[in-house]
Amino acid sequence: MLEATELECERGGRTLFRGLSFALAAGELLRVGGPNGSGKTSLLRILCGLLTPGGGEVRWKGAPIRGLREDYSRELLYLGHAPAVKDDLTPLENLDVACRLVGMQAHQEALTWALNAFAVPDLPVRKLSQGQRRRAALARLLLSESVALWLLDEPFAALDIAAASYTEELIGRHLAAGGSVVYTTHQPAAIDALARVVQL
Amino acid sequence: MIFPAVKTIVRRDLLLALRRRSDVATALLFFVIVASLFPLGVGAEPNLLRAIAPGVIWVAALLSSMLSLGRLFAADHADGTLEQMLLGAAPLGVVVSAKTLAHWLVSGLPLVLIAPLIALQYDVEAGLYGVLALSLLLGTPVLSIIGAIGAALTLGLRGGGVLLSLLVLPLYVPVLILGAGSVEMAAAGLSPEGQLLLLGAMLIVAAVFAPWATAAALRISSE
Repeated sequence: MLEATELECERGGRTLFRGLSFALAAGELLRVGGPNGSGKTSLLRILCGLLTPGGGEVRWKGAPIRGLREDYSRELLYLGHAPAVKDDLTPLENLDVACRLVGMQAHQEALTWALNAFAVPDLPVRKLSQGQRRRAALARLLLSESVALWLLDEPFAALDIAAASYTEELIGRHLAAGGSVVYTTHQPAAIDALARVVQL
Repeated sequence: MIFPAVKTIVRRDLLLALRRRSDVATALLFFVIVASLFPLGVGAEPNLLRAIAPGVIWVAALLSSMLSLGRLFAADHADGTLEQMLLGAAPLGVVVSAKTLAHWLVSGLPLVLIAPLIALQYDVEAGLYGVLALSLLLGTPVLSIIGAIGAALTLGLRGGGVLLSLLVLPLYVPVLILGAGSVEMAAAGLSPEGQLLLLGAMLIVAAVFAPWATAAALRISSE
């Protein structure tokens, strides 16, 4: 489904990686490994089309993602380094906006259910801790089961053990349902065993 | 796909503005204070004040709308929401238009409403309030729309605020000339129709084309 050929990335005059090729089929899990600053986030941003690679291309179902734009965006979920939640809104409002932006009309009950599953308190996000913010962002996973490709940048960062293993469980379920997941992490996780690894 | 996205973004940005009222008040107070400084500086000669009123009010509106431009995309850029908008289901130009509309509702519309009050300070004839408000109503959205291009280009740059003024202020000149000119025409007893129609035309052209330029700039600066 997702194919990367001869990807090259240069940031700040330094070549991070070159000639990187891999393919990801439905139901497959890919872990992007490497030390800090090796270009893991850049690779994920290239895969979702936010960053133009210095060379090579990314193809989705055979078509280059450059030409697909919104058609490709609709089939992917990208959770980046920053949790993409607004300090002045509640987690519920944040999740509602996030769902609507991708064209999904989620019911109030579904949103509340997803936030409860991750035990996110109903407070303005500014009052939440780093881990709780991350949970508020991850609640989208529960509503995105129909989205084919998940690109998760450091999904386990700042999470406690319970939330991390719940996230792993969700990733496992998504794979079983035929979805694909690409993730980066520094913490060892149980799902690492299922994953193919791209080392940068 | 387009209308729900516009509604979502406008609603979200208005809600955020409501939760951060001080940001809105700052730009509005800035407008009031700048416009109030001139009578103090040039003296209370009614004929002089009447003559400079349209220009001063328009320049103050220009500067005030500049002031809030920096915030248009910066917060969304910092917390990662902008990336989610770039990956949203709606075309980026539509997202940009919605954000610009919300920005105008929060920073431009209050200026239109409060301008007659400022005009009172300058002893402007009551008959001209309508033309002044109408010229601002047509002109301030153009300021937001054109300013958005500059805000997108300078996103994430150090010292972007100053650069933004240098980029955008020259582009504001035609709006300033037409806007202030329409009030001066009306004050001279002539019809301001020509200027107002031109302002309206500028608004339409800017609203149709500028968001795509802003979208392209956003893609570049969020790489």
